[in-house]
Amino acid sequence: MHYVVLGAGPSGVVAAETLRKADPTGTITLVSGENEPPYSRMAIPYVLTGKIGEAGTHLRKGEDHYAARGIDVRVNARATALMPDHKRIDFADGSHMKYDRLLVATGARPVRPPIPGLNLKGVHHCWTLEDTRNIIALAEPGTHVVLMGAGFIGCIVLEALAARGVQLTVVEMGDRMVPRMMNPIAGTMIRRWCEAKGIRVLTNTKIKALQNVAAEKSRGIFGFLKRREPTEARDTLDVELDSGEMLSAHLVVVSAGVAPNVDFLANSGVKVDRGIMVDRYMRTSVNDVFAAGDVAQGYDFSTKAHDVHAIQPTASEHGRIAAMNMAGHNIQYNGSLQMNVLDTVGLISSSFGLWAGVDGGDSVEIVDDANYKYLNLQFADDVLVGGTAIGVTQHVGVMRGLIQTGTKLGPWKERLKADPHRLMEAYIARTHLT
Amino acid sequence: MQRSLNIDPGKCTGCRQCEMACSYENEGVFNPSKSRIKVFTFDAEARFVPYTCTQCAEAWCMQACPVDAIKVNLATGAKEVHADLCVGCKVCTIACPFGTINYNASSGKVMKCDLCEGDPACAKACPTQAITFVDSNWTGLDKMRAWAAKTDTGARAN
Ligand SMILES: Cc1cc2nc3c(=O)[nH]c(=O)nc-3n(C[C@H](O)[C@H](O)[C@H](O)COP(=O)(O)OP(=O)(O)OC[C@H]3O[C@@H](n4cnc5c(N)ncnc54)[C@H](O)[C@@H]3O)c2cc1C
Ligand code: SF4
Ligand code: SF4
Repeated sequence: MHYVVLGAGPSGVVAAETLRKADPTGTITLVSGENEPPYSRMAIPYVLTGKIGEAGTHLRKGEDHYAARGIDVRVNARATALMPDHKRIDFADGSHMKYDRLLVATGARPVRPPIPGLNLKGVHHCWTLEDTRNIIALAEPGTHVVLMGAGFIGCIVLEALAARGVQLTVVEMGDRMVPRMMNPIAGTMIRRWCEAKGIRVLTNTKIKALQNVAAEKSRGIFGFLKRREPTEARDTLDVELDSGEMLSAHLVVVSAGVAPNVDFLANSGVKVDRGIMVDRYMRTSVNDVFAAGDVAQGYDFSTKAHDVHAIQPTASEHGRIAAMNMAGHNIQYNGSLQMNVLDTVGLISSSFGLWAGVDGGDSVEIVDDANYKYLNLQFADDVLVGGTAIGVTQHVGVMRGLIQTGTKLGPWKERLKADPHRLMEAYIARTHLT
Repeated sequence: MQRSLNIDPGKCTGCRQCEMACSYENEGVFNPSKSRIKVFTFDAEARFVPYTCTQCAEAWCMQACPVDAIKVNLATGAKEVHADLCVGCKVCTIACPFGTINYNASSGKVMKCDLCEGDPACAKACPTQAITFVDSNWTGLDKMRAWAAKTDTGARAN
């Protein structure tokens, strides 16, 4: 049996390791489209801050980790076509590979919105180790940096850029920061914190166009009137906002959403919606082809629908379940829980599950604006279904446990409504004292 | 034979010696807020429950870590945080359904129970044997295992 795992992010690596445990004799090939050892994108911000070097992002540390498990790693091999009838994958360099069972774990890639000038020098995504090197070269202390997008990934990048000591402006077209992770009250609290830390946050604002500084200067005095801050010698880019304001920048980082890496699946018969459609066994619409991670539209525990979560814990769970089923076990996925934790220049926030609540549900909310603390719990009957926390870091994981076990809170629901901080006690009482 | 912490809340008097011992053993200070084991108080029932990581088999924290900073100590079976590798991303703190791995802002990293290399300070400090270090096969640990199984993201093979 030859298992091919296409994609060497967390999903692919966990899958390859699980395959080895489940099938000690099969042949396993792990393929990366990049010319790097298998690494973790989400560790990139810590390379930017200098907390780790590039090797710190590697998903597994031992030199011979993969070889010792009989996992053959192939890097710099970008798949360009899948031919399920021949069980064959074609690569950009003209080579091809046969498989018996295939896992597509190719993740996603950042999208570049159709805005004039986004192809200029000094504009980068923050997605790969290659991007990281480019950003490090430009994000020197004191330089003007414009970040486009304040979603979850944008805000993580924000934290890293701020730590590099740049003068940062964030431009978000939505009405708040992290709109898909935080409700308006929580998103606004994060914004106030960031502003207090010296970051300029513009919401409801779009970037209209980018151009080189020199070109714009030739327009004379009018170009300068619209600026709040003077252009600095190192600035090479002018960023025009729909408010009419002009920002100068040495670096523009684009974090405006992602798209699944599925181009090579055209004409393969693998069905794609917002990601590759998979059932609860991580099988795609094509025999012997499975999908996992950011590329997959998998089963969601809370909504009972299929969705792309694009988070690390889901990627590794998908990889494990897919691999077990590829190796012939029959394991149904209970579904992943949408959950995020974010650190915006020292303010830590998290959200879980159906944090926006459910129809006919019940909730409790505590807002402490002065101390930047927030807690919001959402219930359906006496079961916790979602939660949001800001400024709370101890025992937050118990929200996941209460949600995913569907623990009936009984009298503890009213106690939580009186004091939502007693989550851990609610869990212990309902599981250990009954 | 691997051993586990076994907690018998019925014997706990709420003296918090375990929290003191843990924070001293691991952080060098007598500060319950730095302890990896916490005693929860239930005033209405006049009960106390010490609680910490169960070194669960599923090890969600370890599975979720993006940089392989949590590893199993093969001698003790404990899931240990390797502080030199941890980047402080906190993903493990939302992944553990028991809430027993937590961020420590002063170190910028996370901390959890590591069974003190097979000689847990909390168990030694407990004057009433509410916390004991016992053979992992002992049946008293079933409640925790049952809850872990309920959280499991992949139902068992059918
Ligand atoms: C800056 C940043 C910060 C993040 N922070 C967090 C966080 O704090 N918490 C969190 O939960 N998530 C975070 N994420 C998201 C997280 O990194 C992803 O959810 C996770 O990496 C998904 O894993 P994956 O294995 O599905 O895909 P990826 O990690 O994207 O891996 C995809 C693999 O497929 C390969 N590939 C792609 N196309 C092809 C092809 N055609 N042929 C062959 N190989 C191909 C790639 O080279 C790569 O090896 C962050 C992401 C970024 C970029
Ligand atoms: S910290 Fe939580 S997930 Fe990790 S081993 Fe302990 S109980 Fe399991
Ligand atoms: S906080 Fe540290 S141990 Fe936890 S997941 Fe992140 S890197 Fe791993």
